Amino acid sequence: MSGSLLTQDPRTKARNAAERRFRGYGLTAIVVALLALVWLLISIFSAGLPAFRQTFLTFPVTLDEKVLDKSGTRDIAVMSKVTTVAFAKLLSQSIEAEITARGIDLGGASAKDVTKLVSEESAATLRRMVLADPALVGTTIEFTALATGRIDGYYKGRVTMESAALDKNTSPEQLVLADKLKEAGILGTRLNSGFLTMPDASDKRPEAAGLGIAVVGSFLMMVVVLVLSLPIGVAASVYLEEFAPKNWLTDLIEVNIANLAAVPSIVYGILGLAIFINFAGLPQSAPIVGGLVLTLMTLPRIIIPTRAALKAVPPSIRDAALGVGASKLQTVLHHVLPLAMPGILTGMIIGLAQALGETAPLLLIGMVAFVRDFPGGLFDPAAALPVQVYNWTQRGDPGFVERASGAIIVLLLFLIVMNTVAIILRRKFERRW
Amino acid sequence: MKDLVMETRVDVQTVKIEARKAQVFYGTNHAIKDVDVDILDKTVTAFIGPSGCGKSTFLRCLNRMNDTIASCRVEGKITLEGEDIYDPRVDPVQLRAKIGMVFQKPNPFPKSIYDNVAYGPKIHGLTRNKAELDQVVESCLRKAALWNEVKDRLHAPGTGLSGGQQQRLCIARAIATSPEVLLMDEPCSALDPIATAQVEELIDELRSQFSVVIVTHSMQQAARVSQKTAFFHLGNLVEFGETSQIFTNPRDPRTESYITGRIG
Repeated sequence: MSGSLLTQDPRTKARNAAERRFRGYGLTAIVVALLALVWLLISIFSAGLPAFRQTFLTFPVTLDEKVLDKSGTRDIAVMSKVTTVAFAKLLSQSIEAEITARGIDLGGASAKDVTKLVSEESAATLRRMVLADPALVGTTIEFTALATGRIDGYYKGRVTMESAALDKNTSPEQLVLADKLKEAGILGTRLNSGFLTMPDASDKRPEAAGLGIAVVGSFLMMVVVLVLSLPIGVAASVYLEEFAPKNWLTDLIEVNIANLAAVPSIVYGILGLAIFINFAGLPQSAPIVGGLVLTLMTLPRIIIPTRAALKAVPPSIRDAALGVGASKLQTVLHHVLPLAMPGILTGMIIGLAQALGETAPLLLIGMVAFVRDFPGGLFDPAAALPVQVYNWTQRGDPGFVERASGAIIVLLLFLIVMNTVAIILRRKFERRW
Repeated sequence: MKDLVMETRVDVQTVKIEARKAQVFYGTNHAIKDVDVDILDKTVTAFIGPSGCGKSTFLRCLNRMNDTIASCRVEGKITLEGEDIYDPRVDPVQLRAKIGMVFQKPNPFPKSIYDNVAYGPKIHGLTRNKAELDQVVESCLRKAALWNEVKDRLHAPGTGLSGGQQQRLCIARAIATSPEVLLMDEPCSALDPIATAQVEELIDELRSQFSVVIVTHSMQQAARVSQKTAFFHLGNLVEFGETSQIFTNPRDPRTESYITGRIG
């Protein structure tokens, strides 16, 4: 090589340019990915955060004995003959009375507009309240009722005067009245814990829809997945990695596990429908079936990282243990497994997180059903978080858009918590050798 | 060199391990051919030879570490005090408690220094209580010439020691099960000259209690520490005899070529 070191020859220039270009591509890819993520988060949070706030009406309700308990015996059996229709009427009378008492001008709002300020769900809530505590009958209580979805939407910017004029479920006069009630302190928007605790509600009551059953259902399924896939997955991995002879059969099993991890999850749903529901006769929509299906789906995804973690333990540690006369099992239990633990736990939690977000297989085993009652156990019908999101995006009322986005936020929070736990466990168990 | 080896010459002693027509196959590859060796008690036997000659393979046959390699097959007869170690009734776990091993790269467990040494006695149930175990750990660390350096930090991780200390810890771990034979597979190849000298000194001391077999690439080391030397070449045991005789008056021309640096 001849020539000055102070000037670059054409070859070096070309190489440097290629390197700059390559770095540029990489940087562009990262920036694009980050922008997409930021955009996704902004759109989800801006659409979903309102779901955690809700508009309520607070006013005195006189629980008239003549309406609610004609017999005067406070006998639950007799009282439960009074339907929600009577409670709804009571509520609309009470709100009308309150408006008159406060001297608020109706401003052209019809009687129907006044009645429809209060969600239909509130009548059912009041009825449950009274049946749970019959002593309330005859007294006057401060009752907090959900406002209907349109009124709620008005305070979240979803409903405007223009859209209300075209909407048969609301009217500009009703919205004006709502503003007056807000000034009077009867109506207000505040934090809504019900979103996390209430069950799902019907199409026309987005204001009452909550994630309670979906959270419980998802939790129960995760318990089933954890309890089944951790021991089965680890035992299978340890056997295949440490004990199994290397022959065509174990090669075949290995190839199959890799392939199973790539099988579309909906296929597991069909499998679960055929085996657990049609053949074994387990109930539909039950967390036990969902958990079993998700276990099948998660197992290969746990076995692969677990085997990788076992493989990563240096052979010198195995030699050392065998050299002092430890048996194969002692070598694995005392030395190999503890060293592989961080990798196994990380794989496990990532597998669980995938299972938590899985929708398709659950649709096939009936988890998409509308469930109003909280499950008492693994065999009762329940919902699941991702399926609830899917479900709400199908509904007509615009109030469900914010609910679906809110549910996605909850799901994301669960995933972030699980991944944080994975990182913490990894740090805690990580040992150097 | 001659003076040194003359000094360490020993008298004829009882045979610990006896190999007769030992063969090792890796699949179809015939790695060890017809090896006949007698390992004497309280003697250091060195295996020397060029890389790939089979000396480590043969060493690993002596405590059946080759069992972990699926394609490996051993034929012929290897006995420990007259008992065939490849007899189907022999449990390799019991055998390895009697024949300890130290590896090429120091490989302490990622546990404390104490736990490293105590592991063998614990799994074999050699001690009845904590006090006895403490005693075993101390005496093994003393025998391994490590006690003074680590006595104040027995519960510090063994992996935090220097390379030479780690190797001596591995030796302490190997002798903690009171083995009869100690196999060493190039124990100094990852160590600096000072640590090597310490380990060599240690090997010489261990000879009073154990039969030691050492594989080494360094002919100087073989001459310094061993009384018997076996020279392996291409899977054959070329020559086996007194170290002094091998290094000063080899009978086989291949041995002479190797120790004078012409093959290897």
